[in-house]
Amino acid sequence: MSEDTERAFEDVEFGEELPEIQPDISLSNVTVFAKAAMMMAGRFIDHEEAREAGLPGAIVPGIMSQGILVSLIHRWAPNAHVLNVDTIFRAPLLVDSKPTASGVVTDIDEDTKVIEIDLMLKNEKGETPVMGTAKITL
Amino acid sequence: MNAEELKAKFTGYVFDEIDLDISTESLVGFATACGETLPKFTDPGDPDFQGVPNYMTRIHGTRSLPADFPIEMHRCFDAGKSVEFHAPVRPGDNINGKSEIADIFEKTGRSGSMLFIVHRMNFYNQAGTHLATVDWRLVQREFD
Repeated sequence: MSEDTERAFEDVEFGEELPEIQPDISLSNVTVFAKAAMMMAGRFIDHEEAREAGLPGAIVPGIMSQGILVSLIHRWAPNAHVLNVDTIFRAPLLVDSKPTASGVVTDIDEDTKVIEIDLMLKNEKGETPVMGTAKITL
Repeated sequence: MNAEELKAKFTGYVFDEIDLDISTESLVGFATACGETLPKFTDPGDPDFQGVPNYMTRIHGTRSLPADFPIEMHRCFDAGKSVEFHAPVRPGDNINGKSEIADIFEKTGRSGSMLFIVHRMNFYNQAGTHLATVDWRLVQREFD
């Protein structure tokens, strides 16, 4: 992390949008995650098995979606210290789809120096299968 | 048993406990697959190498709910997870996780009643340092 990429609390603005990212949720990358997280269930790493279970295809583990949203914060502010992150899984996020992760600053507490960010993962249809909030300090 | 009765019976005690060793490979794989690029999360050679803030969400106990908890798992879905980060997890840490039911409540909407169960795990390292609190919201549809 270089100093010129660090963000200062004073520079963060209410309503500021975090630069969007297009996370890699290809079958191969989700399989890497599943191995690391010991979540090798077929519904995550095998489209056919997922379909047999009644899903439209393999789905991204919810905690991987959460991790993607945390990485979005770190790309925006490499010096961010994540205090908490809360995600809601509204619908399955399909493996091999092309979602977009985004975030917006929704609260800045001048006393505690805590910044709150709303987070979203949208699919190609514009739906939001995963949303959440995080509190950070810088 | 209604939501209030379930809450009275099943909250407020640890029903499961596990111990787990944390490997470097797991920390790196979790972080890189999620798109992290900071060396402190992806490079084991970094002097501050550690797990990403939500790493602990991957750890489950030996069971999800107390042994006699009356629930129909086929009507349940994972509604979300929250993580309260307290301290970093490092490679080689031996983690102790304690499971409890933190809350049980009911919500009623147009599609009927749903039962919300908040499963909480608190994680500690070998020094007793509190690393994280993870809440998992499990929802049962058509609760009656």
